[in-house]
Amino acid sequence: MPAPDAHLTLPANPVACHECDLLQSEPRLAPGETARCVRCGAVLARNPPDSLDRSLALTLTATVLYVIANVYPLVGLEMQGRQVEVTLIEAVQILWKGGVEPVAALVFITALLFPVLELLMFLLVLVPLRLGRVSPRLATFFRLVRSVQPWGMMEVFLLGMLVSLVKLSHLATVLLGPAFWATAALIVVLTLAARAFDTRLLWQTPVAESGR
Amino acid sequence: MHMRKHASLSTTWALIAAAILLYVPANLMPMMVTASLLGSQEDTIMSGVVFLWQSGSWPLATVVFFASVMVPLLKIIALIYLTASAQRRSRHNLIQRTRLYRLVEFVGRWSMLDIYVITILVALVQFQGLATIQAGPAAVAFGAVVVVTMFAAMSFDPRLIWDPLSDPTPRRPDHD
Repeated sequence: MPAPDAHLTLPANPVACHECDLLQSEPRLAPGETARCVRCGAVLARNPPDSLDRSLALTLTATVLYVIANVYPLVGLEMQGRQVEVTLIEAVQILWKGGVEPVAALVFITALLFPVLELLMFLLVLVPLRLGRVSPRLATFFRLVRSVQPWGMMEVFLLGMLVSLVKLSHLATVLLGPAFWATAALIVVLTLAARAFDTRLLWQTPVAESGR
Repeated sequence: MHMRKHASLSTTWALIAAAILLYVPANLMPMMVTASLLGSQEDTIMSGVVFLWQSGSWPLATVVFFASVMVPLLKIIALIYLTASAQRRSRHNLIQRTRLYRLVEFVGRWSMLDIYVITILVALVQFQGLATIQAGPAAVAFGAVVVVTMFAAMSFDPRLIWDPLSDPTPRRPDHD
């Protein structure tokens, strides 16, 4: 990463588009505005209002929802007086014992492990920022958070649960557990948290503090 | 701030080839084995879609068909097109190709749908003596297709689409 003052001939606040590499100057954004690349339309920067407090509050909410989503049963079946309910971890265990370990591992990673990693890592970025402790390492760490994000697939998992319940609904009565609703809420809250976070906070704050 | 991806084109080609090889068993082998008092039944992805359609839930049948059959296939085709045109340093349809790349990246994860459907079916239908559902070998292949195509999309660097625009100038800033 070259220092910003290494490019002397560039416009003020130069940014390189992360999708097409065009150098352009980043405009000043009013709260709620979005800057897009002039050439390819990729989102360059957003200025969500009240970014830190909102994203921190939403991430904490998401953490509570995550616990509920994993402790309580997701879905269940009732057939001839017998009732079966499973949590996410139990479902993964049954799949593992059934002899398709790679599939079980994939479900574990995408529906359980990476969502919680994403949450914890997001908190590890937000809490120091909120406390005013900023270091360049946070930005590097945030890149890691970004690389984890595509592998958390809770929204796909939720749709998968719905499809399987439709398949089973003619055999038995299907039950939606507390974890099902917690997962649905978690998806919404986590999306809002990511949207509320202004990534520029990672870069701007240390510059402002060093008196530039 | 943003790093270029190493050996983007060759990595993407290798992953596309792997995805094509895995796509075949994923669709031909049984995804799900249902054992009940009436005997055992094997379902591929397509027969699962047909079952959903016949049982009247055609919106879901459409969703599963698109997520499991069409999306991986179209994703592989789109990646071949993007990688080939970037390799030829084509200067055509730059914006459309960038949009296509965004679509591929966004839509790929939804292919995981069938894996989750199997997970819940296997977990819930464990009525000993009455009926059990097991995941078949296609589930492993199918999961691999999803993972491999996601890696392929990630290894493709969309900036390669735009690079040919700066070709005439001899100076080509190479980021590492």
